[in-house]
Amino acid sequence: MAAGSAWRSLVSRRFPVSGSNRPFSELRWFRDSGCMVQDPTQFDVLVMPNLYGDILSDLCAGLIGGLGVTPSGNIGANGVAIFESVHGTAPDIAGMDMANPTALLLSAVMMLHHMGLHDHGKKIQTACFDTIRDKKVLTKDLGGNSKCSEFTADICRRIQDLD
Amino acid sequence: PRSPLSTVILSLGKTLHPPCLQCGSTGVLCVFQPPPAKYGGRHTVTLIPGDGIGPELCGHVQELFRFCCVPVDFEVVNVDSAVMGEDDITNAIMAIRRNGVALKGNMETNHNLPASYKSRNNLLWTTLDLYANVIHCQSLPGVRTRHSNVDIMIIRENTEGEYSSLEHENVPGVVECLKIITRNKSLRIADYAFKTAREKGRSRVTAVHKANIMKLGDGLFLECCKEVASGYPEIPFDSMIVDNTTMQLVSRPQQFDVMVMPNLYGNVVSNVCAGLVGGPGLVPGANYGTDYAVFETGTRNTGKSIAKCNKANPTAMLLASCLLLDHLKLHAYAEVIRRAILSTLSELHTADLGGHSSTSDVVQSIMDAVQREGPQTLNM
Repeated sequence: MAAGSAWRSLVSRRFPVSGSNRPFSELRWFRDSGCMVQDPTQFDVLVMPNLYGDILSDLCAGLIGGLGVTPSGNIGANGVAIFESVHGTAPDIAGMDMANPTALLLSAVMMLHHMGLHDHGKKIQTACFDTIRDKKVLTKDLGGNSKCSEFTADICRRIQDLD
Repeated sequence: PRSPLSTVILSLGKTLHPPCLQCGSTGVLCVFQPPPAKYGGRHTVTLIPGDGIGPELCGHVQELFRFCCVPVDFEVVNVDSAVMGEDDITNAIMAIRRNGVALKGNMETNHNLPASYKSRNNLLWTTLDLYANVIHCQSLPGVRTRHSNVDIMIIRENTEGEYSSLEHENVPGVVECLKIITRNKSLRIADYAFKTAREKGRSRVTAVHKANIMKLGDGLFLECCKEVASGYPEIPFDSMIVDNTTMQLVSRPQQFDVMVMPNLYGNVVSNVCAGLVGGPGLVPGANYGTDYAVFETGTRNTGKSIAKCNKANPTAMLLASCLLLDHLKLHAYAEVIRRAILSTLSELHTADLGGHSSTSDVVQSIMDAVQREGPQTLNM
């Protein structure tokens, strides 16, 4: 489509492929979605227009465990940005100390990186991943029985140990 | 107890047998006649080899049909997708009008050609009004995938939506692309989906949309689906937003049965579902209109990077040829070939499935399996 070709020529003009530094390739996005399902590890950074991004981001969230663990950020000009989790409001478990804070927490980590606070961001992310990997203190959606506060406390403890 | 293989063969045959386009029946009550056989009981079918792996796969279909003594003659029509002129595709369309049915490889659409160049595949669907693209994604024995027991029938509107090729650039650097959704075509595809679900005894129809954002366009599509659903009270109907649909597909695909959707979402959902059951090399596709039918691989890939390497998986194209045989009411031939394909799939895998077999190895094995069936092929 013309929209597609205009977009494509803009991207390749602004960011020309230079040696082996940042290879740029195109993939028809419908084929992309099939390839994504079979072998998502072949992909790294994907850039695309609005609707395709909407669909592919949910598809990829499904591949890694769902919206409960998927962070996101909305970046504008001059560094203006809003970071958010993209899962629902879950009114049925609101106020019960049951929710999984991972999505919002990792979104906050993205925010820290955006602000240049990389060390803090890395520390929190490592602690969060270690807690999940350990499987001892997981919220219900991840297969555990722990509360949100317990999960968070474990992350805090790991951060203290890292220091 | 029935073996898993025979269960799949039976269900593939049962579920891939399309409802009659004229009266909707799949059984003895059907009054629609397939395209008339010509010259002593043999059907003539248009064959468009296409680009990439298309020509070699179509060659294998011809080879297999010859081997099985299938009473089908192919009228080969080549379409050069690199030229701007539309003579080739016009000839192909005329051949399909003549024969009523076709088997095709995908014709490449080079997106570096100007906007006035229309996709040759798209021209086929719109000119011949092949409004229903039907892709049946089913877990196959012999192919290990992350999810099992997947059995999804995707019914994609094939002639409008985002593929209307209506774009303009009134202001340099600002392109507007029109997505066309019409009441007539939405009602038509929804009715096709429900009729298919009823004929094949499927348990549910799900409409896929993005009506929360495209309130008028997808809103109209959804409204039409609901309207048609009220005429099929025995079939539960629900709807799902397309982004959530893709997420649900990769986490719990077993929840879906028949899915109906506009053109672009059909494109992505069919590719995702094909990925779930083992990849584009396995899934056949069919395009039905009131007067014509065209069969091809489900995900419409050209496979340019593996063309002429004898590496492509022929399963999708061969299963598509079985759909063609079912459409021509040559069910016995279709069953024999389908059985042979599925038994070969349990033994040999091409590169896309992680194996080392070549295309010709697989085709030879299928022919051997057909031969082992014995004199049945001659009795047909």
